[in-house]
Parts: sequence; structure tokens; C-alpha cells
Amino acid sequence: MNKFTPFESQLVPFPVDNIDTDQIIPARFLKTTSKIGLGDQLFCDWRYDAEGKPKPDFILNQPQYRGRAILLAGDNFGCGSSREHAPWALTQYGFRAVISTSFADIFKGNSLKNSLLPIVVPNDVHAELFADPEQLVKVDLASQTLTLASGRAVEFPIDGFSKHCMMEGIDELGYILQQAPAIAAFESSRVGSIRTTA
Amino acid sequence: MQPRTIIEKVWDNHIVAENPGAPALVYVDLHLVHEVTSPQAFDGLRERGLKVRRPDLTFGTTDHSTPTTPRSLPILDKVAAAQVEKFEANCREFGIPCFGFHSDKQGIVHVIGPEQGLTQPGMTVVCGDSHTATHGAFGALAFGIGTSQVEHVLATQCLLQNRSKTFQIKVDGYLKPGVGAKDMILAIIARIGIGGGTAHVIEYCGSAIRALSIEERMTVCNMSIEGGARAGMIAPDDITYQYVYGRPFAPKGAEWEAALARWRQLPTDDGASYDKSLAIDAASLEPMITFGTNPGMGIPITSAVPDPASVSDPLERESLAKALRYMDLPAGKPLLGHPVNVVFIGSCTNSRISDLRTAASLFKGRKVHPGVRVMVVPGSQQVRKQAQEEGLDKIFQAAGADWREAGCSMCIAMNGDQLAPGEYSVSTSNRNFEGRQGKGGRTFLASPLTAAAAALTGKVTDVRTLLQ
Repeated sequence: MNKFTPFESQLVPFPVDNIDTDQIIPARFLKTTSKIGLGDQLFCDWRYDAEGKPKPDFILNQPQYRGRAILLAGDNFGCGSSREHAPWALTQYGFRAVISTSFADIFKGNSLKNSLLPIVVPNDVHAELFADPEQLVKVDLASQTLTLASGRAVEFPIDGFSKHCMMEGIDELGYILQQAPAIAAFESSRVGSIRTTA
Repeated sequence: MQPRTIIEKVWDNHIVAENPGAPALVYVDLHLVHEVTSPQAFDGLRERGLKVRRPDLTFGTTDHSTPTTPRSLPILDKVAAAQVEKFEANCREFGIPCFGFHSDKQGIVHVIGPEQGLTQPGMTVVCGDSHTATHGAFGALAFGIGTSQVEHVLATQCLLQNRSKTFQIKVDGYLKPGVGAKDMILAIIARIGIGGGTAHVIEYCGSAIRALSIEERMTVCNMSIEGGARAGMIAPDDITYQYVYGRPFAPKGAEWEAALARWRQLPTDDGASYDKSLAIDAASLEPMITFGTNPGMGIPITSAVPDPASVSDPLERESLAKALRYMDLPAGKPLLGHPVNVVFIGSCTNSRISDLRTAASLFKGRKVHPGVRVMVVPGSQQVRKQAQEEGLDKIFQAAGADWREAGCSMCIAMNGDQLAPGEYSVSTSNRNFEGRQGKGGRTFLASPLTAAAAALTGKVTDVRTLLQ
């Protein structure tokens, strides 16, 4: 993973609540055994027609929104299936952050492990962003600040451990592996209830 | 000691370490793996030169990509075939026991866990699948994880987790005839909303929950994620113990007695408090059906589809209008009588033997409406075998329904079982998202009884009119 550095971007406004991970990447693409090549399939069924041609009215197909790194979405973004293919597809398309009023738990956890920053903002900030998606906003993870074009600076929450991992570009597994002695001690202290290999 | 909920007890029992600046390190008692969300995790292990720490606490099955056509046929979809093959090879390489595609015990991961006695009270259970909440029916803390976390658990048997808030949903009283566990959970989700349980673990309790069989409890817990909760739990009782007893991986002899003593400590203490609570009167519930494109968009089957014009929040209004456009449904009218093209009876929500018995009870001596395609997909090969021993397959086939092999099938439509664009299904599965059952397909979620009623009449039907 790359270190998560400060950046600025205009917004891709997507004013729909409860966007589920089946929309972010439909299940038929989950037959892959790879993590890569998913960016073209992002929002596939909203983005392409039956012949596979881009639908001109879909926002990602409109030239002025290309290259923007922030998706501005409705409430409860990423609900439904636990597929980590959703943040893989979003980051491979080029998104680095998603702004919403709330995120589904599993999606949020998956995003944090893939350098995709879920930014929760209050309703009034959410509305201000939707009112002007052309504005250039700044994202700074170190200070947990989203700065709007108006100069309004909004602090967003993130748990300290995930922030540390994203800032340093490291994943959690290294840390968990270091806990091996504690894990072994825990295992020896308790009665196991199953043996699948028995 | 302060009174604790079952949620807190199971959590506390599995804390390996709590270090400052990091989430708790939580031990996993049972890790279930399947072909779709694990290949990248196994690749990660190979890249780092890691082994699976506890293959003896891990179990695999193939379910999502697998066809439900006769097992004598090959997997025609080459990409799916490669995925299944890679999964079986990964399990062999890392020493994980697995019910492969040709196993007579293969089935949906959330059906085989309980069926084999792998799922037990008080456990932590995880799987790269959001419907892992199903196992909470046994008083296990069970939740879905992403592929990165699948790799973490394979390598360390642990996960980093922040403590969830607790949500008590208490259902008291008696369900009316024609109303079942599926209607109960659809009503709960309609009430709390699709994000109503976010950051919470739900404990379902009350006399109406106690009265449910273990399979009905699985139906309820299964859909906790559709209300945004990662997990749903029901305290174990004699119904639970009776179900677990004697299953292949259940404790035996003195180990059984010791386990039982531990399990009896799990139910929530008197006086324990929750972060939030909701009470529901079981007698107020009706057969439920969804009209929209998320599982929170559910109504009693005799009620009218809500009108976006009556919603004040603009984003909510547009989301409802968008759902009705996709579903091509008018606002303000009931769904009763709406034509149906396909009926799907199956999925980790409703594919167990009792679900099939319930559906078969309505099919018996009747015929599927001409023009309706009906698929009955048992949750596992063992459920399929049991159903055949009871003659249920004959009832379905005599009625004109298609009796299939086990798997996730049209719940997720990865395996070729799918709706054509524009088709309507009544489905016993758990998600009605746009395209979930096939690109352009439209899903009404309902109970096995309501699905069977639609199969017989060719339209959305109040099953109570057929029960009289």
C-alpha cells in the first residue's frame, strides 16, 4: 500500500442513498481470483448499456468528471455484501476518498485496508458539497480535515489505528503477526470446541 | 460483576489482547471459507510465505459460483470452473478440510456450518460473506469480513475489531397464521431501516423469538446485515442444544456435558443494559413483501407501495422514486395481483429442510401457474437428500417446479441461475438490490409460503387466501 498523502480534488456527486456493493461491482465479476482489473467494472450496470457502451447520462461517463478522486454519495454508502472488490474497484478507477453522511460497517473496514478514505460529514456539510461539486476540496488525513473551497474546515472521524496504517502505507497483518505470543497464550488457556480436521 | 448481555459475554471471552492505540485483538473459533472471497487471501499468504495457523478451526465449501444443474455435468462457465478449482487446490495446499463441488455434503456455507455441528453457542464465527450473521441463531457472535480480514484470520486466527454497540430487539406474543420468521425479520428491517443497525450487534429476544425453531432463528439472524448490523444473536436454549447434539462436529460425551455447562452461562444477565432497544408485538405482524431495491423497502402484503411525494427529505424521496422506476411500479397501490415471472425458493435465508417442507405443504396437490418458472434450490446436498427421503422433490416436480442441486443460485446469480432483464421474481432470498438476481431483474423478497403462493397463482398473493 502507498502512504496516504494530502490531496485536493473536485467532486463526483452521486446523490443516491444506500448505494450497495452490488451496484459498486455486480456479483458476476466476483468470479475473478485476482484483485486487479476491476476499475472498468465499477458501477457497471449503471455505467454501460446492454451492448456494453457507456451511457452518456451516467456521471462517470461525462468528460468533466473524469480524473476526480472524490466520490460524494448519499447516506449509508456501501451497504450489503462484504465483497472487498468494491473498494478495489473504486480505487482502481481512481477514487481516493468517498464522502457521505454514513458508511456501512464492512465497507468502511474494507476501504480503510485499501487506502480508500471514507469521510463522514454532518448533513449541512454534505448539503454544501452537493450544492457545488465543482469546488476544489482538500483532504488531509494527518489533521483529519476536509477543507471546502469556502475555507470551511471540517474535521472527520477515523480510528487512530487505521489512520496510522494508512498514513504509513502498512497493513494490519504485520501488527497482528507480532502478537503471536499473546495468541499462543490465549490458545493454550482455553478448551477448543471443534476440530475440523479430525 | 456488572450484568452483561450475551453480546458482551461472547466478546469478552475472545479478547486476546487490548493494546493502547489499536482495536482489540479478537480470537476466531470458526472460520468458514468459500471460493469467491478467499483466492486473493490465499495469494497473500503465499506472497508472505505464511501458513494457515489453525486449519483445524477452518472449513471450506463451494457454493456461490457453482451451478445447480446435475452434478454429472461440468461447470460450463470457465471462469467459475477455474475459481472452484483454485479454491479446492488452495484448501489442499493449506490443509483446510473442504466440501468440494462433488462432495455429498457440499452446500451454502451458512447451511453446512450448523448442519455439521461446526457452529456452536458462544463461538466467534467469521466468513468472507455478510450473511455470516446466520450463525448468531446459536448464540454465536458471527459476522462477515472482507478478503483482507480473511487473510488475517487464515494467518493468525485473529481479527482487529472495535467493540460494537448493543441493540435489543424484543418480539413478544404469537405470530398469526401465515406469518413466519421471514416476515418477522422483513418487518424489523422495514422498521429500523437498512442502516438502522449500523455499528451495532442485535440481540433478538422475547417470547416470539423463543418460540421459533433453530432454523427459523437462522432466518431471522441471517438478515441482520440487511438492517445494517454486522451480527444478530439469539441466546441458546434447549432448542439450540437439541439441534447441536449428535451432529458430526458437536462435542461428545464428557466434552458435551462441559460444553453445555459453558453454554448455559451465555444468556444475557437480568438487568443488563443495551445501547438501544426496540419492542415489537408479534401479533401485529402480517406477511411481508418488499417493493423496492433494498431490503428495508418492505410492506405488509395488503398495504400500498409508498408514494415518494409523501417523503419530505429530498435524497430519501429521490431514492424511493429511483427504486420505483427500476421496479416499474406505481406508487400508492398494493402489490397484490402483480404478475410474477419467476419464483426462487432457496438461499442461506430460506433453503433448509423446514423451509422446503413449508413450501411443499402449499404445492402439494396443486400446479404451478403456467408461465411461471419455479426454482427450488436446497441449501445443501444433505438438505436435498433429506427432502428426497421425505418425497418433497416429488411434490415440487409434480407441481411443475424445478428441483435443483445445492448452492447460492439465484440469490446472487453468479452461477447462471438468473432473471432476464425486466422479469419479476418472488424470492425467499435476502437482497432485492438492482440486478441482484440478474441484470435488469426485479425482486420481491418474501417468505417461503408467500413465494409458493405466487408460484401457484402467477401473481403476488396473500398466502392466507390459500390457507383457508
